[in-house]
Amino acid sequence: MASLPVGTLYRGGDGMWTWVLHRITGVSVFFFLLVHVLDTALMRVSPESYDLVIASYKTPIVNLLEVGLVGAVLYHALNGLRIILIDFWAKGPRYQRQMTWAIATVWFVLMLPGAFFMLKHTFEAMFGSTS
Amino acid sequence: MSAPAQPGPVSIPAPRTPQRSSQRSNVELYSWLFMRVSGVVLIFLVLGHLFIMNILDGGVQRINFAFVAGRWSSPFWQTWDLLMLWLAMIHGTNGMRTIINDYAERDQTRFWLKMLLYVASGFTVLLGTLVIFTFDPNIG
Repeated sequence: MASLPVGTLYRGGDGMWTWVLHRITGVSVFFFLLVHVLDTALMRVSPESYDLVIASYKTPIVNLLEVGLVGAVLYHALNGLRIILIDFWAKGPRYQRQMTWAIATVWFVLMLPGAFFMLKHTFEAMFGSTS
Repeated sequence: MSAPAQPGPVSIPAPRTPQRSSQRSNVELYSWLFMRVSGVVLIFLVLGHLFIMNILDGGVQRINFAFVAGRWSSPFWQTWDLLMLWLAMIHGTNGMRTIINDYAERDQTRFWLKMLLYVASGFTVLLGTLVIFTFDPNIG
Protein backbone atom coordinates (compact mmCIF):
# COMPACT_ATOMS: atom_id res chain seq x y z
CA MET A 1 0.00 0.00 0.00
CA ALA A 2 1.44 3.35 1.03
CA SER A 3 5.15 3.77 0.46
CA LEU A 4 6.95 5.79 3.10
CA PRO A 5 10.36 6.96 1.88
CA VAL A 6 11.09 8.99 5.01
CA GLY A 7 9.28 9.03 8.31
CA THR A 8 6.42 6.93 9.54
CA LEU A 9 2.96 7.58 10.84
CA TYR A 10 3.67 5.98 14.19
CA ARG A 11 6.50 7.51 16.17
CA GLY A 12 6.80 5.22 19.11
CA GLY A 13 4.76 5.23 22.25
CA ASP A 14 2.50 2.61 23.77
CA GLY A 15 -0.01 2.79 20.92
CA MET A 16 2.64 1.70 18.41
CA TRP A 17 4.21 -0.99 20.55
CA THR A 18 0.90 -2.68 21.42
CA TRP A 19 0.21 -2.73 17.66
CA VAL A 20 3.68 -4.16 16.83
CA LEU A 21 3.26 -6.82 19.51
CA HIS A 22 -0.22 -7.64 18.19
CA ARG A 23 1.27 -8.33 14.74
CA ILE A 24 4.22 -10.36 16.04
CA THR A 25 2.04 -12.54 18.29
CA GLY A 26 -0.56 -12.92 15.52
CA VAL A 27 1.97 -14.12 12.92
CA SER A 28 3.65 -16.46 15.44
CA VAL A 29 0.36 -18.04 16.47
CA PHE A 30 -0.69 -18.41 12.81
CA PHE A 31 2.46 -20.38 11.91
CA PHE A 32 2.06 -22.55 14.99
CA LEU A 33 -1.56 -23.19 13.99
CA LEU A 34 -0.44 -24.57 10.59
CA VAL A 35 1.99 -26.94 12.33
CA HIS A 36 -0.56 -27.86 14.99
CA VAL A 37 -3.20 -28.93 12.43
CA LEU A 38 -0.54 -31.07 10.74
CA ASP A 39 0.50 -32.82 13.98
CA THR A 40 -3.14 -33.36 14.95
CA ALA A 41 -3.76 -34.85 11.48
CA LEU A 42 -1.58 -37.78 12.64
CA MET A 43 -4.65 -38.83 14.67
CA ARG A 44 -5.91 -40.05 11.27
CA VAL A 45 -2.69 -41.99 10.54
CA SER A 46 -1.96 -44.14 13.58
CA PRO A 47 -1.86 -43.95 17.40
CA GLU A 48 1.90 -44.62 17.30
CA SER A 49 2.73 -41.71 14.96
CA TYR A 50 0.50 -39.31 16.93
CA ASP A 51 1.95 -40.30 20.30
CA LEU A 52 5.49 -40.05 18.89
CA VAL A 53 5.02 -36.45 17.80
CA ILE A 54 3.08 -35.46 20.93
CA ALA A 55 6.00 -36.80 22.98
CA SER A 56 8.11 -33.93 21.62
CA TYR A 57 5.56 -31.48 23.03
CA LYS A 58 6.28 -32.92 26.49
CA THR A 59 10.03 -32.24 26.44
CA PRO A 60 11.33 -29.38 28.63
CA ILE A 61 12.31 -27.04 25.78
CA VAL A 62 9.05 -27.40 23.84
CA ASN A 63 7.17 -27.16 27.15
CA LEU A 64 8.81 -23.76 27.67
CA LEU A 65 7.85 -22.76 24.11
CA GLU A 66 4.25 -23.67 24.96
CA VAL A 67 4.33 -21.12 27.77
CA GLY A 68 5.45 -18.60 25.16
CA LEU A 69 2.63 -19.67 22.87
CA VAL A 70 0.02 -19.30 25.61
CA GLY A 71 1.51 -15.91 26.51
CA ALA A 72 1.32 -14.80 22.86
CA VAL A 73 -2.28 -15.99 22.45
CA LEU A 74 -3.30 -14.37 25.73
CA TYR A 75 -1.73 -11.03 24.77
CA HIS A 76 -3.37 -11.18 21.33
CA ALA A 77 -6.75 -11.95 22.93
CA LEU A 78 -6.53 -9.18 25.55
CA ASN A 79 -5.21 -6.56 23.15
CA GLY A 80 -7.87 -7.62 20.64
CA LEU A 81 -10.50 -6.84 23.28
CA ARG A 82 -8.81 -3.47 23.84
CA ILE A 83 -8.95 -2.76 20.08
CA ILE A 84 -12.65 -3.69 20.00
CA LEU A 85 -13.33 -1.34 22.92
CA ILE A 86 -11.40 1.47 21.21
CA ASP A 87 -13.47 0.92 18.05
CA PHE A 88 -16.94 0.41 19.51
CA TRP A 89 -16.99 1.99 22.99
CA ALA A 90 -17.52 5.74 22.83
CA LYS A 91 -14.97 6.37 25.59
CA GLY A 92 -12.56 3.70 24.28
CA PRO A 93 -10.05 6.01 22.57
CA ARG A 94 -9.89 8.22 25.68
CA TYR A 95 -9.10 5.28 27.95
CA GLN A 96 -6.84 3.34 25.56
CA ARG A 97 -3.76 3.90 27.74
CA GLN A 98 -5.52 2.79 30.93
CA MET A 99 -6.74 -0.27 29.02
CA THR A 100 -3.13 -1.03 28.03
CA TRP A 101 -2.19 -1.12 31.71
CA ALA A 102 -5.28 -3.16 32.48
CA ILE A 103 -4.46 -5.86 29.92
CA ALA A 104 -0.82 -5.94 31.07
CA THR A 105 -2.04 -6.55 34.63
CA VAL A 106 -4.53 -9.24 33.60
CA TRP A 107 -1.82 -10.88 31.47
CA PHE A 108 0.55 -11.18 34.44
CA VAL A 109 -2.17 -12.29 36.84
CA LEU A 110 -3.20 -15.12 34.48
CA MET A 111 0.29 -16.05 33.24
CA LEU A 112 1.91 -16.51 36.66
CA PRO A 113 -0.31 -19.41 37.80
CA GLY A 114 -0.66 -20.58 34.18
CA ALA A 115 3.10 -20.88 33.67
CA PHE A 116 3.41 -22.57 37.07
CA PHE A 117 0.96 -25.36 36.18
CA MET A 118 2.33 -25.70 32.65
CA LEU A 119 5.92 -26.11 33.86
CA LYS A 120 5.18 -28.08 37.04
CA HIS A 121 5.81 -31.50 35.53
CA THR A 122 8.97 -30.35 33.73
CA PHE A 123 10.40 -28.93 36.97
CA GLU A 124 9.59 -32.11 38.86
CA ALA A 125 11.12 -34.27 36.13
CA MET A 126 14.30 -32.18 36.08
CA PHE A 127 14.78 -31.41 39.77
CA GLY A 128 12.81 -34.15 41.49
CA SER A 129 9.38 -34.08 43.02
CA THR A 130 8.86 -31.49 45.73
CA SER A 131 5.86 -33.18 47.32
CA MET B 1 17.18 8.31 22.11
CA SER B 2 18.11 10.23 19.00
CA ALA B 3 16.03 13.10 17.69
CA PRO B 4 13.00 12.11 15.63
CA ALA B 5 13.62 11.79 11.90
CA GLN B 6 12.56 14.65 9.70
CA PRO B 7 8.99 14.20 8.54
CA GLY B 8 9.07 13.18 4.90
CA PRO B 9 6.53 12.94 2.14
CA VAL B 10 3.92 10.44 3.20
CA SER B 11 1.87 9.09 0.33
CA ILE B 12 -1.37 8.82 2.21
CA PRO B 13 -4.19 10.90 0.78
CA ALA B 14 -5.46 13.87 2.75
CA PRO B 15 -8.77 13.52 4.53
CA ARG B 16 -11.83 14.02 2.30
CA THR B 17 -9.86 13.23 -0.84
CA PRO B 18 -12.46 12.13 -3.41
CA GLN B 19 -12.59 8.41 -4.16
CA ARG B 20 -10.24 7.60 -7.02
CA SER B 21 -12.01 4.43 -7.98
CA SER B 22 -15.61 4.52 -9.14
CA GLN B 23 -16.41 0.98 -8.03
CA ARG B 24 -16.57 0.84 -4.25
CA SER B 25 -16.67 -2.43 -2.39
CA ASN B 26 -17.47 -3.26 1.19
CA VAL B 27 -15.09 -6.23 1.32
CA GLU B 28 -12.58 -4.48 3.59
CA LEU B 29 -15.40 -3.37 5.91
CA TYR B 30 -16.65 -6.95 6.27
CA SER B 31 -13.07 -8.15 6.75
CA TRP B 32 -12.59 -5.57 9.53
CA LEU B 33 -15.89 -6.58 11.16
CA PHE B 34 -15.12 -10.29 10.83
CA MET B 35 -11.82 -9.85 12.72
CA ARG B 36 -13.70 -8.37 15.70
CA VAL B 37 -16.61 -10.83 15.73
CA SER B 38 -14.46 -13.94 15.19
CA GLY B 39 -11.92 -12.56 17.67
CA VAL B 40 -14.49 -12.48 20.47
CA VAL B 41 -15.65 -16.03 19.71
CA LEU B 42 -12.05 -17.26 19.47
CA ILE B 43 -11.23 -15.83 22.90
CA PHE B 44 -13.60 -18.39 24.42
CA LEU B 45 -12.74 -21.26 22.05
CA VAL B 46 -8.94 -20.86 22.06
CA LEU B 47 -8.40 -19.86 25.69
CA GLY B 48 -10.72 -22.72 26.72
CA HIS B 49 -8.74 -25.10 24.50
CA LEU B 50 -5.40 -23.92 25.90
CA PHE B 51 -6.66 -24.15 29.48
CA ILE B 52 -7.89 -27.73 29.04
CA MET B 53 -4.95 -28.98 26.96
CA ASN B 54 -2.04 -27.15 28.60
CA ILE B 55 -2.95 -26.26 32.18
CA LEU B 56 -5.75 -28.40 33.60
CA ASP B 57 -4.94 -31.70 35.30
CA GLY B 58 -1.35 -32.27 34.14
CA GLY B 59 -1.69 -30.28 30.91
CA VAL B 60 0.23 -31.51 27.88
CA GLN B 61 1.62 -34.52 29.78
CA ARG B 62 -1.73 -36.32 29.71
CA ILE B 63 -2.34 -35.83 25.98
CA ASN B 64 -2.06 -38.91 23.76
CA PHE B 65 -4.05 -40.72 21.07
CA ALA B 66 -6.54 -42.14 23.58
CA PHE B 67 -7.13 -38.75 25.19
CA VAL B 68 -7.92 -37.03 21.88
CA ALA B 69 -9.94 -40.04 20.67
CA GLY B 70 -12.06 -39.79 23.83
CA ARG B 71 -12.70 -36.10 23.24
CA TRP B 72 -13.65 -36.61 19.60
CA SER B 73 -16.19 -39.28 20.56
CA SER B 74 -18.28 -36.33 21.75
CA PRO B 75 -20.08 -34.19 19.14
CA PHE B 76 -19.62 -31.24 21.51
CA TRP B 77 -15.80 -31.29 21.26
CA GLN B 78 -15.93 -32.14 17.55
CA THR B 79 -18.04 -29.04 16.97
CA TRP B 80 -15.78 -26.98 19.26
CA ASP B 81 -12.65 -28.04 17.38
CA LEU B 82 -14.24 -27.60 13.96
CA LEU B 83 -15.50 -24.10 14.73
CA MET B 84 -12.16 -23.18 16.29
CA LEU B 85 -10.27 -24.51 13.24
CA TRP B 86 -12.34 -22.56 10.73
CA LEU B 87 -12.55 -19.30 12.67
CA ALA B 88 -8.87 -19.31 13.67
CA MET B 89 -7.70 -20.14 10.15
CA ILE B 90 -9.85 -17.47 8.48
CA HIS B 91 -8.94 -14.93 11.19
CA GLY B 92 -5.23 -15.76 10.85
CA THR B 93 -5.28 -15.81 7.06
CA ASN B 94 -7.01 -12.44 6.96
CA GLY B 95 -4.43 -11.04 9.38
CA MET B 96 -1.60 -12.38 7.21
CA ARG B 97 -3.28 -10.88 4.13
CA THR B 98 -3.30 -7.48 5.84
CA ILE B 99 0.38 -7.80 6.75
CA ILE B 100 1.35 -8.85 3.20
CA ASN B 101 -0.59 -5.88 1.82
CA ASP B 102 1.27 -3.61 4.25
CA TYR B 103 4.83 -4.74 3.68
CA ALA B 104 5.12 -6.29 0.20
CA GLU B 105 5.46 -3.29 -2.08
CA ARG B 106 5.76 -4.92 -5.53
CA ASP B 107 2.47 -6.03 -7.08
CA GLN B 108 3.93 -9.37 -8.17
CA THR B 109 5.36 -10.10 -4.73
CA ARG B 110 2.11 -9.23 -3.05
CA PHE B 111 0.10 -11.40 -5.44
CA TRP B 112 2.26 -14.51 -5.11
CA LEU B 113 2.67 -14.22 -1.34
CA LYS B 114 -1.12 -14.11 -1.02
CA MET B 115 -1.55 -17.04 -3.41
CA LEU B 116 0.90 -19.05 -1.29
CA LEU B 117 -1.00 -18.00 1.84
CA TYR B 118 -4.40 -18.99 0.43
CA VAL B 119 -3.16 -22.38 -0.82
CA ALA B 120 -1.52 -23.18 2.53
CA SER B 121 -4.58 -22.04 4.48
CA GLY B 122 -7.04 -23.87 2.24
CA PHE B 123 -5.02 -27.07 2.50
CA THR B 124 -4.80 -26.79 6.30
CA VAL B 125 -8.52 -26.10 6.77
CA LEU B 126 -9.54 -29.00 4.51
CA LEU B 127 -7.06 -31.39 6.14
CA GLY B 128 -8.20 -30.46 9.64
CA THR B 129 -11.88 -30.77 8.71
CA LEU B 130 -11.26 -34.16 7.09
CA VAL B 131 -9.44 -35.43 10.19
CA ILE B 132 -12.21 -34.33 12.57
CA PHE B 133 -14.96 -35.91 10.43
CA THR B 134 -13.26 -39.12 9.26
CA PHE B 135 -11.36 -39.94 12.45
CA ASP B 136 -11.54 -43.65 13.34
CA PRO B 137 -10.85 -44.52 17.02
CA ASN B 138 -10.12 -48.17 16.13
CA ILE B 139 -7.37 -47.33 13.67
CA GLY B 140 -4.03 -49.19 13.83
